[in-house]
Amino acid sequence: MLTVRGLKRLHICVSFDLRDGECVALQGPSGVGKTLLLRSIADLDPNEGVVRLDGTLREAVPAPVWRKRVTYVAAQPGWWSDTVQEHFTGWDDALPLVTRLGLPDNCGPWPIQRLSSGERQRLGLVRALMLRSRVLLLDEPTSALDSGSVAAVESLIADRISDGTSVVWSTHDDAQARRVGSSIFVMSADGDIEENRP
Amino acid sequence: MNYIQLSYGDLVLPALLVVMDGALSIVLRLRLERQLAIAAIRMVLQLVLVGYVLTFLFAAVSPLWTGLAAFIMVLFASQEIVARQKRRLPGIWDYGLGAGCTLLAAGTVTMLALLTELRPDPWYHPRYALPLLGMILGNTMTGISLGLDVLTNSLVRERAAVEACLALGGTRYQALLPVIRDALRSGFMPIINSMAAIGLVSLPGMMTGQILAGVEPVDAVKYQLMIMFLIAGGTGLGTLAAVLGGARLMTDHRHRLRLDRFPEKSI
Repeated sequence: MLTVRGLKRLHICVSFDLRDGECVALQGPSGVGKTLLLRSIADLDPNEGVVRLDGTLREAVPAPVWRKRVTYVAAQPGWWSDTVQEHFTGWDDALPLVTRLGLPDNCGPWPIQRLSSGERQRLGLVRALMLRSRVLLLDEPTSALDSGSVAAVESLIADRISDGTSVVWSTHDDAQARRVGSSIFVMSADGDIEENRP
Repeated sequence: MNYIQLSYGDLVLPALLVVMDGALSIVLRLRLERQLAIAAIRMVLQLVLVGYVLTFLFAAVSPLWTGLAAFIMVLFASQEIVARQKRRLPGIWDYGLGAGCTLLAAGTVTMLALLTELRPDPWYHPRYALPLLGMILGNTMTGISLGLDVLTNSLVRERAAVEACLALGGTRYQALLPVIRDALRSGFMPIINSMAAIGLVSLPGMMTGQILAGVEPVDAVKYQLMIMFLIAGGTGLGTLAAVLGGARLMTDHRHRLRLDRFPEKSI
């Protein structure tokens, strides 16, 4: 269970609970602060507020440990090495997920430069899934994908959710929000969120 | 040792060459005459002043005055480092990091040379300490300012990559390592290049100076080699300290990238 109380970052101020195995869709117009909120929960930017995972305060564990449990996945993932497989600690273990998302199993030695934005987005997701985090903060994880890949990503995340992973899924697609979210948080320009149960 | 002494009068003819540059600038409308005049006058004043200061220091041989002179040299070096950065470091670190690292690196290797190999009497004799420090300082300064500049600029450019690593639970050192490597490589390049080119492309100023003063070329070479080794060591130490220190300042205790602390200078 992830509890967020009075999380403040710039204009944002939110409180909510996220149970194990729950997926919440996060919606709101562009620029309203969805990315800021997700980054703040992962403690990637300075912010105030009380954030706990199963009662353990975020500040009680080193930040890298917190981010392995509560993992933010950017819409456009970054790459620090030249080839795909250098970004994975165990590339062979990642292969089943890679192929499940429709990527060829020989893409390990491919240079990052060669990847399309959709391929990067899926590989970035697989890279994060390898951590087996308790909470996933997905920032528009299918924004660059075709409909077939969107379905593959949604089904893969659904499996993780049924295994007990909690997810905050930010999306501009209303139909997707209703499909993946057991509830929908709508973020407004004043930095608050409102819950819509579909 | 015998060498040909110059009087101030001997400098008039060479100085006319600078006047010639100025005339060229006026004729060709390069608009450099003002800058040229200021630079030339600054050079004359600074060097003559340094000549008298050194004469005083050599006569005094006082640890206090020598230390003060060394301190002022370090201050000018850190001023130069700051001037070469595109971004500002936060608070006192803007000057402090450069000053601390040049002092640490140049100071350490200068002391090493004075205490182990040269052993002048007394060890702080300004005739040895100050020229040595000056040469090491100049090169260390170049390494540090290059390293810091590459570090800050790469961090801005590679922000997505660094934050991806952080978001996946990397520590700040793991996330910054590729950028730190680039910065260190840039800091080391000038000294590697000058070691490779020395003797073939360039005759170093100190060695030429000793030769003009009547020292046997082979003895001058030995001095130059020692200086180059000291410079290489000082540059390595200083660049390493500055880049690691800079990397620490650009992140925080929660392993976050803090580019907000580094506003770009308004020029």
